[in-house]
Amino acid sequence: MKVSSSISQSKQKRSWSKKERHTFLLGLVFAAPWIIGFLAFTVYPFFSSLYFSLTEYDLFSSPKWVGLNNYKQIFEDESFYRSLRNTLFMTFIAVPITLIVSLLIALLLNTKVKGINYYRTIFYLPSVIPIVASALLWTWMLNPDFGLINTLLRSLGLPDPAWLLDPQYTKPSLILMSLWGTGAGALIFLAALQGVPKQYYEAAQVDGANWWHRFWNITIPGLSPIILFQLIMGLIGSFQIFTESYILAGGKVDGGKSLGGPDQSLLFYAVNLYQEAFVYLKMGYASALAWILFILVLFITFVLMKTSARWVYYGGD
Amino acid sequence: MAAKLRKSILPHAVLILFSFLFLFPFLWLVMTSLKTPDEIFQLPPNLLPDTFQWSNYAAALETIPFARYMTNTLIICAVNIVGQLFAAPLVAYSISRIPWKGRGIIFSIVVATMILPAQVQLIPQYIIFTKLGWVNTIMPLTIGAFFGAPFFIFLLRQFLMGVPTELSEAAKIDGASEIRIYIRIILPILKPALVTVALFSFVWSYVDFMGPLIYLNDSAKWTITLGLQGFQQDHGAQWEKLMAASTIMTLPMIVLYFFGQKYFMQSGSALTGFK
Repeated sequence: MKVSSSISQSKQKRSWSKKERHTFLLGLVFAAPWIIGFLAFTVYPFFSSLYFSLTEYDLFSSPKWVGLNNYKQIFEDESFYRSLRNTLFMTFIAVPITLIVSLLIALLLNTKVKGINYYRTIFYLPSVIPIVASALLWTWMLNPDFGLINTLLRSLGLPDPAWLLDPQYTKPSLILMSLWGTGAGALIFLAALQGVPKQYYEAAQVDGANWWHRFWNITIPGLSPIILFQLIMGLIGSFQIFTESYILAGGKVDGGKSLGGPDQSLLFYAVNLYQEAFVYLKMGYASALAWILFILVLFITFVLMKTSARWVYYGGD
Repeated sequence: MAAKLRKSILPHAVLILFSFLFLFPFLWLVMTSLKTPDEIFQLPPNLLPDTFQWSNYAAALETIPFARYMTNTLIICAVNIVGQLFAAPLVAYSISRIPWKGRGIIFSIVVATMILPAQVQLIPQYIIFTKLGWVNTIMPLTIGAFFGAPFFIFLLRQFLMGVPTELSEAAKIDGASEIRIYIRIILPILKPALVTVALFSFVWSYVDFMGPLIYLNDSAKWTITLGLQGFQQDHGAQWEKLMAASTIMTLPMIVLYFFGQKYFMQSGSALTGFK
């Protein structure tokens, strides 16, 4: 008796009033475009790629079930390891370098100098150049014989590497090019810098803290949520490097040669995935690569978020 | 006094140096596009050509069907803008202004999908579009816009959260329907943010390379990015023409940037609210 009454009571609590139902339907209708798109182009592909990853599929004949074979093959595939090494190089070397440079530019821009708007305009400008165009420009500037960079290096009596033709120097070339686009990241840092409460600096000045102390104890904690954000975006970005590599490596897939430039030194994860799927038409194998990518990104993001509790400071707004 | 002066000169000096470094590649791009082949392979190179070879531009436009690539690109851009302007504000309105159960979940998923690598869905999407017979059409490159990009939904939602609700509340009391409020009140309020959405939607479609590379095989349907890459493959060593073509391709972006600078910057400040 008592039990049933409590059940009916909770049922009553759960059953919605007419107004609530109306609001729910209304919200659902307005959100419908995204919900449909999410189901059709994210959820369905997400799970069907899990299925395809367990098959052999070339688009022309129907998928053939092979179990975990693709995954086994991947872990024996030299190209996979090479693409992973190249990608992790970008994640752990290029991402921090660009982050530090964009932070330095933001600090410079934050020094209350006159004409800051002109500087901001100039620094952001390279970020609006289409990657295809900027990659072509850098291919020309990094030309070993006639390029601007080597001409400068030679005139200074410095060694002139073959850049995009030398597997040792292809990734540094890419970093150089991405440094040109650090203005966008710098402006995000600048906006965050301007959000750090001024009182903290004033109080620190009264206490006689020097520049380094203020930077390390006020600026960095104040920026830490944005640093985390840029780290995560940079990490995901490094797993998606494609166009730069394709153009800098000359974009040729001829005579059995593969993408990725000299010694496949520009074969990044997304390039390898593209090649397996759309050059070799190994859709099943590439789906397995996509799933490994997903798990890797999830794992690294998770680790970053977990450790971030120790160094990210969320001040009250 | 002297110390103060030194303090203001140093940042300026460094900023000017950086500005020079950031601007010089542009200068080099344009100057290369105006040189003769002999001047390009001259060592050491001169910054300025003897006479500006404007004919390089005409030659570049003749070497590839530039107008066709540009038309193809602009059509894709336009459809994407229409799609995003239709869908993104609807969804943003739903999750910021309609107090329905489930909007919290939708918002979390929208944010989560912002960081989901596109490669994970790429292959099944390609298989779907192949089965629908949409390969070699603009459909795969535009259909997604009509469902709203997570970044735009997020941007518009942030914008709406910062706008007082009084106006729409008053309209509601007057008995206006939700659709009416949305069209008459919300969309006009959102206008500056919608400009940002249109602008970024244009830029993303304009610079996209991987999408067209995968879906547009027929060179008559190529976009400008594919056309430029094709140019590199076929005429790789003709740097003056290649740089001329790159300059023409870049020009619309620069013009957009100078007219819509504050909208470009807006997205940066929207992201700082993303903690």
